[in-house]
Amino acid sequence: MATTMRRPTDPAPPPASSIGPGPVCPVPLEETQRVLLGHGSGGKLSARLLREEFLPHLGNDILAQLGDAAVLRLGDSDIAMSTDTFVVKPLEFPGGDIGSLSIHGTINDLAMMGARPAFVSAGFVLEEGLDLDVLRRVVRSMGRAATEVGVRLVTGDTKVVERGKADGIYINTTGLGLLDGLFRPSPDRARPGDAIIVSGPIGRHGIAIMAARNALGFETEIESDSAPLIAIVDILRNTVGVETRVLRDPTRGGVASSLNEIAAASRVGIELDEESLPVPGEVGAACELLGLDPLYVANEGILLAFIPESAVGRVIPALRAHPLAAAATRIGCVVDQHPGMVVLRTAIGGTRVVDMLPGDQLPRIC
Amino acid sequence: MKYLSEYRDPAIARGLVKRIRARASRPWTLMEVCGGQTHTIVRQGLDELLEGAVEMIHGPGCPVCVTPLEQIDRALYLAAREDVIFTSFGDMLRVPGSHCDLLQIRARGGNIQVVYSPLDALEIARRNPGREVVFFAVGFETTAPANAMAVWRARELGITNFSMLVSHVTVPPAMTAILDAPDNRVQGFLAAGHVCTVMGWTEYEPIARTYRVPIVVTGFEPLDLLEGMLMCVNQLEEGRYDVENQYVRSVKREGTPRARGIVEQVFRLVDRSWRGIGEVPASGLGLRPEFADFDAERRFALDSIRATEPAECHAGDVLRGKLKPMECPAFGTRCTPERPLGAPMVSSEGACAAYYNYGRYRSTAAAAT
Repeated sequence: MATTMRRPTDPAPPPASSIGPGPVCPVPLEETQRVLLGHGSGGKLSARLLREEFLPHLGNDILAQLGDAAVLRLGDSDIAMSTDTFVVKPLEFPGGDIGSLSIHGTINDLAMMGARPAFVSAGFVLEEGLDLDVLRRVVRSMGRAATEVGVRLVTGDTKVVERGKADGIYINTTGLGLLDGLFRPSPDRARPGDAIIVSGPIGRHGIAIMAARNALGFETEIESDSAPLIAIVDILRNTVGVETRVLRDPTRGGVASSLNEIAAASRVGIELDEESLPVPGEVGAACELLGLDPLYVANEGILLAFIPESAVGRVIPALRAHPLAAAATRIGCVVDQHPGMVVLRTAIGGTRVVDMLPGDQLPRIC
Repeated sequence: MKYLSEYRDPAIARGLVKRIRARASRPWTLMEVCGGQTHTIVRQGLDELLEGAVEMIHGPGCPVCVTPLEQIDRALYLAAREDVIFTSFGDMLRVPGSHCDLLQIRARGGNIQVVYSPLDALEIARRNPGREVVFFAVGFETTAPANAMAVWRARELGITNFSMLVSHVTVPPAMTAILDAPDNRVQGFLAAGHVCTVMGWTEYEPIARTYRVPIVVTGFEPLDLLEGMLMCVNQLEEGRYDVENQYVRSVKREGTPRARGIVEQVFRLVDRSWRGIGEVPASGLGLRPEFADFDAERRFALDSIRATEPAECHAGDVLRGKLKPMECPAFGTRCTPERPLGAPMVSSEGACAAYYNYGRYRSTAAAAT
């Protein structure tokens, strides 16, 4: 075994690291002065970054609504606008790639506000040395995804950075869509008595990505659920209409983080029923082995819908008739107790709070 | 899902809850030893279902919670060194040291990699001969065999850039420390099934006899825990104090001799500090002298890094069941899951973090009624 020995020979106290001036990190825990990976997790750290660093300088009445997309008035029209940046690794994964994902992600955000997506822009950051074949496949897939849902990519930009300064391809997309009529779902419109519906099985995207990174240490057949949700929103528009109170695609941070945000925005409590959560067997098994909770795993092709309880009976069959929502099911309801909090009723009959995570989900030891 | 859904059957679980409630002629106070068991209890809300019949004190068996501040500070120092790739199980990353945590060191440029097995850390060492690779070896007897095996393999393969920062602890001394405390409230134990899978239960027999306390080796699924509680309550009601085995599908009285063998060849018993409890004699595992080359504390001369626990954190009293997390003056104010003072607020299975969520819910629910 070819190994070189690099062992400190000096028995004196260890030299100060170049990373921090002292023998241990000098930054007090409560005063993080650097961006952590957890700031991008969609959990509490992300929320704090937004609240403390961005909103004070960039805030206005429209941004302050913090929806999936901004709702704007332009001339006589109401439009929705949303932007999203994609840094997924690997660039191609079972069930999708960064190209199709960058279209789905942005148009889904528009759809969650009730808008019909029309135009998309794209900004590419490419790393020097990227295989052009990879770029071609990604762009082709992006074009296909846009055509499929009838949006046109109308402006774009490309930058190349030195090798090592990016990870292959980063894509930012911004979407514009038209709002029509009174169909205006919004995260602050949930009210006690609403039922909560999820359109499909949870946790597939996150687990597929982990598997593609070989982070699982075992084989799995699970594919990302990356898909456009416009057709699913149309079903809700046609069956429930203006009574569709909240729509949300639970991406980063998973179902748990989305529900917490809605509970806070609407100042209501949310009660989930553990037995009704559609967790695919493979997602459940992977989470079990890794010590993760599927409620916090990312999705890219399902939505949460808050609708009046009385509409559930006709919505579920309508959703299930569509291949992307064949597993649609009711997972819980809105209550007037414990406002701002999501509580899960376990199969056995106990309860537990499903909180926002502080940062990224960390695998447990035991 | 084989071996999962069977042990989570809600109807059987509700039946067991009923039987425990019927059997308990008075409220009993039990301790589940292992953090994995705490996790299931909190996740399933089992403690809530048994209120008034069984009170569960969450034991010291969460490696994240009991790893002393000093070892965390040493880990932080190593992780910040330019010549080191620091490898660790995931949930150690957010444990606060005196000044920061591993996640923050990573943001400042430290090379920290999460691994699921110490053998993965060894592989990283093999592929990076120019770097020192340190594995943070924490945990109880459960993780000890794999960690011992990694050191053994490193020696076999002649990998010299691999070492371990060892903070291993063992269960029996912690149980006797809890039982010896003058204000101990624990009347029975659910012993940790996976620890016993390795070690068996012979070492618990003298504890049960000496302290006249029932000990039931228990698994981790909801039905395991409820059955373990029922067996414990049965013993208490009958005035027995035996070691019984609920986790028969995994545990034998003698444990797993091969796993014990490798542990004994690589590790020896040492005195060890427990976060919040203090030094407990012969309560930890350290590398044997013949494996001293793989000891990160020696390799990097870490003796000079010392730390004292913050006085404001009452983790020790919580870990011993003396103080309910909510009774701590810092609870929920100076100490929250985002800004933890001590480890039990960090881990999802830590008692304080569990109560933080549960307690918030209970207090708002009470206010609403």
